[in-house]
Amino acid sequence: MDASLKIIIVDENPIRAAILQDGLQEAGHRNVTWIKDTTGLLAHVYAIDPDVILIDLENPSRDVLEQMFQMSRAVKRPIAMFVDQSDSASIQASVDAGVSAYIVGNLQKDRIKTILDLCISRFNAFSRLQDELDRTKSALEERKVIDRARGILMKLRNLTEEEAYALLRKTAMNEKKKIAEVAQSVIMTAEMFK
Amino acid sequence: MTDGVKLRIGFIPLADATALLVAVDKGFTAAEGLDIELVREVSWSNVRDKLNIGLFDAAHLIAPIAIASSLGLGHIKVPIVAPFGLGVNGNAITVSPALQAQLADAADGNLRDPMVTARALARVVAARKAKGAEPLTFGMTFPFSTHNYHLRFWMAAGGVDPDEDVRLVVLPPPYMVDSLASGHVDAFCVGAPWNSVAVDLGIGHILHFVSEILARATEKLLAVRQRWAEENPDVLSRLVRAHQRAADFVEDVNNRDEVASLLAPANRIGVAPEVIRRTLDGRLKVSPDGTFRNDDHYLLVGRGGAARPDPAQAAWLYAQMVRWGQAPLSREMLAAAKAVCRPDLYDAASGVATAPDPSAPADHIGAFTGPAFDPDDIEAHLAAWTIRRS
Repeated sequence: MDASLKIIIVDENPIRAAILQDGLQEAGHRNVTWIKDTTGLLAHVYAIDPDVILIDLENPSRDVLEQMFQMSRAVKRPIAMFVDQSDSASIQASVDAGVSAYIVGNLQKDRIKTILDLCISRFNAFSRLQDELDRTKSALEERKVIDRARGILMKLRNLTEEEAYALLRKTAMNEKKKIAEVAQSVIMTAEMFK
Repeated sequence: MTDGVKLRIGFIPLADATALLVAVDKGFTAAEGLDIELVREVSWSNVRDKLNIGLFDAAHLIAPIAIASSLGLGHIKVPIVAPFGLGVNGNAITVSPALQAQLADAADGNLRDPMVTARALARVVAARKAKGAEPLTFGMTFPFSTHNYHLRFWMAAGGVDPDEDVRLVVLPPPYMVDSLASGHVDAFCVGAPWNSVAVDLGIGHILHFVSEILARATEKLLAVRQRWAEENPDVLSRLVRAHQRAADFVEDVNNRDEVASLLAPANRIGVAPEVIRRTLDGRLKVSPDGTFRNDDHYLLVGRGGAARPDPAQAAWLYAQMVRWGQAPLSREMLAAAKAVCRPDLYDAASGVATAPDPSAPADHIGAFTGPAFDPDDIEAHLAAWTIRRS
């Protein structure tokens, strides 16, 4: 396996970096370094002298890495982006997933392809997790709004808990709106009459 | 607008994205039947890649990246064309208070004169070398950037070799100010609003507007893939017309407060309206002590024919790539670079002839030193300099 390959992950998100690092280690890569702080990134990269650099696309420091393509005394080896002109499907998939890969030196294309595919699947897995978390959060928020509106209705209209909820639901159905939206209007109206 | 043509356009939060942002936010694109999704990006690499692979239909792009993409330099080769210029000028060189003081001490004339400051820099650099001090570090935004070439052009004129005597490092624009404050860099060249932000924080002096170094320098382009332009001529025309309307709106001083407020929110440029207003007016605070400097050519958004893409400007940028060893010199590459700027597409869309700016330089560039630039004779341009890589 590619245990000897030196890989750098540049990602400010610790969870995503951990997910990726795990994946790479499962695949047999033992030499993986995570760089969180991008201050002095180039010096860091030169010191580690990696074979592969993986960077998330939300990271402004991607432009700093592009400087390594330039001829310069400071660079020992030329750095070339993995994707060559014929491989636009790979670049599309990686940009969609939000990750970019750079290689240093002459790494075989199929070896790097395996790593990039792994990155893409791990990055996609991370965004699925993130979406789920966001959905759960907004469901919780909706729950809170509905509870508050129900409380207002119970007080103002002298209703039971069930009656207040039924009123919200019926209004939502009639207005073709979500219950949470109707609840939001109830709260807003109550604020105005305060 | 539900049945408009859907387009995704990428931009970097900088003052020269103004025409694009105003075109969308004032509804000028919607009036042309275009339904635009603006995507705020964090790096030029992202903008370039997403434009190249078709995730963006168009982009606010720094002119040399469009040229590098067409020439296949540093990345995959995708021919790019620009039917509209988003900005001419707008960059400035900001130095730390310490470097400002050293330059003032070493100067033999007015610090407003770029030749005086370039020579002063050469003396500061020589003195540091003699002491065995670390070389000065200058920040710029991208290897293929106007900022890189503007810094190099200026310092080389004073005898400073940008590859031997100082360090030039790429920094994302939002990191420039912090890097100057922390001493990571001694100076930087960047577009608005970052120079003003450094001055307002009291950690930087604006040494030069780049308009003092080059009277006229194409900065950002509205860039599209050449193939997309050929396949969507009508959409392209509508996009250009909406941008022209926006540029005219921005250049009417009566609208400036509204424009500055439109651009201020975090999902647009994300700085105080007052800073944007100063930029558009070309009236910038250049020193923490409150000194202001005016230049009505600091940033041109459409005024004085700035929106009409100029192949001579593309030729000048290509000449810098050759001078600094980023590109070989060839007739084919020169032609391909010039072909990025498409005044014909601009004229076809707007249907009006733009009045030339009477103050525009005869050679289209107006550099503070050196012979007039001839876009068909890059060899002569290169021969004029002793410090160069090719």
